[in-house]
Amino acid sequence: MENKYEPIIGLEIHVELKTRSKMFCGCRADWFGLEPNTNTCPVCLGLPGALPVPNKKAVEWCVALGMALDCEIPEFSKFDRKNYFYPDLPKGYQISQYDKPFAIKGKLKNIGITRVHMEEDTGKLLHAQVNGENCTLIDFNRSGVPLVEIVTEPDIRSSEEARIFLKKLHQIIRYIGISDADMEKGSMRLEPNISLRKIGEKGLPNYKVEVKNINSFNFAKKAIDYEIKRHADLLEKGETPKQETRGWDEKKGITYSQRSKEEAHDYRYFPEPDIPPIRWSKDQLSVIRKQLPELPDAKIKRIIKDFSLTEYDSTILTDELETANYFEEAVKLSTINYQLSTKVIANWIINKRVDITKTSPEELLKMIQAKSQVVQIDENELEFIIKVLDANPKAVADFRSGKESVIMFLVGQVMRETKGKTDAQQVKEKIVQLLKKS
Amino acid sequence: MKNDITELTIKELLNSLAKKEFSSIELIDAYLKNINSFEENIKAFITLLDREEIHAKIKNLKFKIKNLSGLPFSLKDAYITQDTTTTAGSKILDGYKPKYNATVYQKLLDNGAVLIGKNSQDAWGHGSTSENTDYDIPRNPYDLNRVAGGSSGGSAAAVAANMVPFAIGEDTGGSIRNPASFCNITGLKVTYGRVSRYGAIAYASSLDTVGPMAKSVEDIAYILSIIAGKDPYDATTSPNPVPNYIENLSRDIKNKIIGVPKEFFQDGTDKEVIQKVRDALKIFEKLGANICEVSIPSIDIGVAAYYLLAPSETSSNLARYDGIRFGHSRDKFTQETMRRIMIGTYALSAGYYDAYYKKSLKARTLIINDYNNAFKKCDMLIGPVNPTPAPKFGELISDPVQLMLSDVYTLTQNIAGIPSLALPCGFTESGLPIGMQIMGKMFSEETILQAGFAYQQATDWHKRKPKL
Amino acid sequence: MDTSRLSIDLVKKIAELAKLPLDEKNFSILQKQLESSFTYINKIQSLDTSNARETSQVTGLENIFREDEVNKKRNLTQQESLSGSTAIYKGYFKVKAIFDEE
Repeated sequence: MENKYEPIIGLEIHVELKTRSKMFCGCRADWFGLEPNTNTCPVCLGLPGALPVPNKKAVEWCVALGMALDCEIPEFSKFDRKNYFYPDLPKGYQISQYDKPFAIKGKLKNIGITRVHMEEDTGKLLHAQVNGENCTLIDFNRSGVPLVEIVTEPDIRSSEEARIFLKKLHQIIRYIGISDADMEKGSMRLEPNISLRKIGEKGLPNYKVEVKNINSFNFAKKAIDYEIKRHADLLEKGETPKQETRGWDEKKGITYSQRSKEEAHDYRYFPEPDIPPIRWSKDQLSVIRKQLPELPDAKIKRIIKDFSLTEYDSTILTDELETANYFEEAVKLSTINYQLSTKVIANWIINKRVDITKTSPEELLKMIQAKSQVVQIDENELEFIIKVLDANPKAVADFRSGKESVIMFLVGQVMRETKGKTDAQQVKEKIVQLLKKS
Repeated sequence: MKNDITELTIKELLNSLAKKEFSSIELIDAYLKNINSFEENIKAFITLLDREEIHAKIKNLKFKIKNLSGLPFSLKDAYITQDTTTTAGSKILDGYKPKYNATVYQKLLDNGAVLIGKNSQDAWGHGSTSENTDYDIPRNPYDLNRVAGGSSGGSAAAVAANMVPFAIGEDTGGSIRNPASFCNITGLKVTYGRVSRYGAIAYASSLDTVGPMAKSVEDIAYILSIIAGKDPYDATTSPNPVPNYIENLSRDIKNKIIGVPKEFFQDGTDKEVIQKVRDALKIFEKLGANICEVSIPSIDIGVAAYYLLAPSETSSNLARYDGIRFGHSRDKFTQETMRRIMIGTYALSAGYYDAYYKKSLKARTLIINDYNNAFKKCDMLIGPVNPTPAPKFGELISDPVQLMLSDVYTLTQNIAGIPSLALPCGFTESGLPIGMQIMGKMFSEETILQAGFAYQQATDWHKRKPKL
Repeated sequence: MDTSRLSIDLVKKIAELAKLPLDEKNFSILQKQLESSFTYINKIQSLDTSNARETSQVTGLENIFREDEVNKKRNLTQQESLSGSTAIYKGYFKVKAIFDEE
């Protein structure tokens, strides 16, 4: 049934920036864990007479993200008011960007990025019972925190593609250092838009469903898969899925209809009169571009080339920027004082032989050096080696008869047994030692 | 003794205070005496500070001699004053005590001035007669059966009745100039961005200006020097340095060219108003200026443009009054305010945005061009402020369209952002004040203040007093 | 377009968008007032704006920012934050239960 239809999926992602201060005022941006309504000022509390002044760093980081996603950065940009009423929105409008966002027309992993724009976060709502009555409590500590919104084209065709895209986006955001992008803490939020189209047809389907309340990339995948099936079932019956917003229920593994707003909101966007527009000079943009760190894909390519590592190893090393930096720092020190092989250093880091947050690169190099001077195979490891040798008499015979390359197979078997926790080089040397003896 | 010290100009008051001819407390008590005598009939204030409280503030000033040491003043109730009730003329904020100070208020405090009360106004600035208020309607000290003007009516009445030497009003479409003109005082609509709006309860964000109201152009110059300037809390304030308005005030205006826009003398404008403005032009000629005719064709369409721009922005600015964090529920808006909110909501709504709001933004460009073209031919423009002298209560407020039209001469300056100085230029036969306005290019406050000052040296309309 | 005719339904929709609670009497008064206002305001359609660009801001300013620094001067204490309202509970603002998710 699902082969008849193809999923048309787009993503809307919000990222809370880890600037020091909020988007339009000098309150702290790290609001998490503070006592309610202690992190506000007239601006973010929406008091009469207050006015917004935009945070330079937040805007630059939004542009930086746009650049990292291969976007065009238009010369002219502005803020707009998005008008609607909701208790967590103190001014009755959100300062956002409508038709002139900071970045447009980008691409990541072949998925089009429609736009990347800047806006402000709302307060937080809590449901509670007070004196037996159901009520909603509001905390404005988070109101005004800078948010970047990323919207993709509906180019995604499967839940797995969505998951891979999100992981990559997450990695880039953390590489640039603009946000912790923690789905659980809410500093990264996502809403997929899903619809199905008969294969062979062109154009967008005449409906789409938005899903909220997704707290991880894996849940996103599950929710998308659930929706794909739900839509396919309906379409097969000749029904069109209702255009609505649905919530993901992780416990039940289903989406449920939220009170749907039949009509689209009329946000009555108009240019924000309290904030002058932005016009970038080429110099300003090139400063931002120069400050971008080397992005993951470029870093992988360079590490493969410069350090003769495999793509597999390089990918693991660069998964987090901190790890990659640690590795390169260690290699740099090694070249000066230790002359250890980059592969060995890489292996130690990849196999988590040390906690890189607690051991300095210098200390790591000392440890490697110490270990490599003596073939240090402990009793357990020795047991595994002997077990493998006993289990593979043919390989042993091959080795003794001159087929030295079979050593790698034997080493591999030992590594499997020790779950990669032994140093492969040392295992190899020990096996050679043992086999050459007898 | 010093019954008449309330009639002294700011310059004279500061001199006397410095020479210790009287003390701050004596001065303020003199004003409070006037308030005691006249406020019951004038209703210029929504909130009056307690006498003891005021005296305590003055005692704290003893150790700081500042520019405005001990001078009392009042603020239109649209200005945020910490711990002092601020209502913007609306029941929605009845009893509201803010927790911060407007920048303009803070600047005056830092310079030693003493707040004695908050003035009545049209709620949220919505009106030109101060009748759209949830509190007592202020009355014109020159005729208690007539309006004081609006929306800064209370501020104008307070200055005219010698209750304060100066007040800070707010002008979005004429709200300083209109009441100044009806009450025979001087008021300045500044260049948009010259004075910080931080802490001024917003009516229309791209049109609102903060400005002084006092008895003379010289007084205006004193206050402007203190309140003008860039504010990091208001992104629309100008980084242009603030000139020394007082120092350059008495430069003569020989050979300056004064443009007279023909559209400011339309049918429907009171004959006496036109006559007094033309008489004023003769004085300017005597002072050495040259008069030439210019044209601002778009002032009529300016009414329609204003009544799209301002309501649109106000519909958004008033959305924060949802009764959750402060204030009362939205059913307490007056009918006039609801009308404006609805006009604005409609003008911004899907399907109508292009025809209305966007169209008015284009009209704005044309209005700016008209003024720019006029200023190519002259240094300043002069025209009347109101088409009529102060109307009686109830005349305008019942007819929304008439109300809109009565602002025709004051709306376009806000749309263009240019400054305009309103000052007295005569009286009707029946004794009602008539005012004119001197308009200049953006940031030309110096020029228009010089012209106004020269006029006030040659005339004494501004020295006349109401019979109270 | 003759937008000066505003049906009661449209007026109700606008009032809902603007969150203005109006009773029947006010609806009909406002409907008439809005109609006469727009009859006048519609004059703007006669203005030839075909060659005019929009002006949103008269200042001509651009790129006005603040540095990314925490400013304690304007920070409100919890008490100050809550001081404008009587519907508060344990440091929070309190409203009737809301079921919609925005």
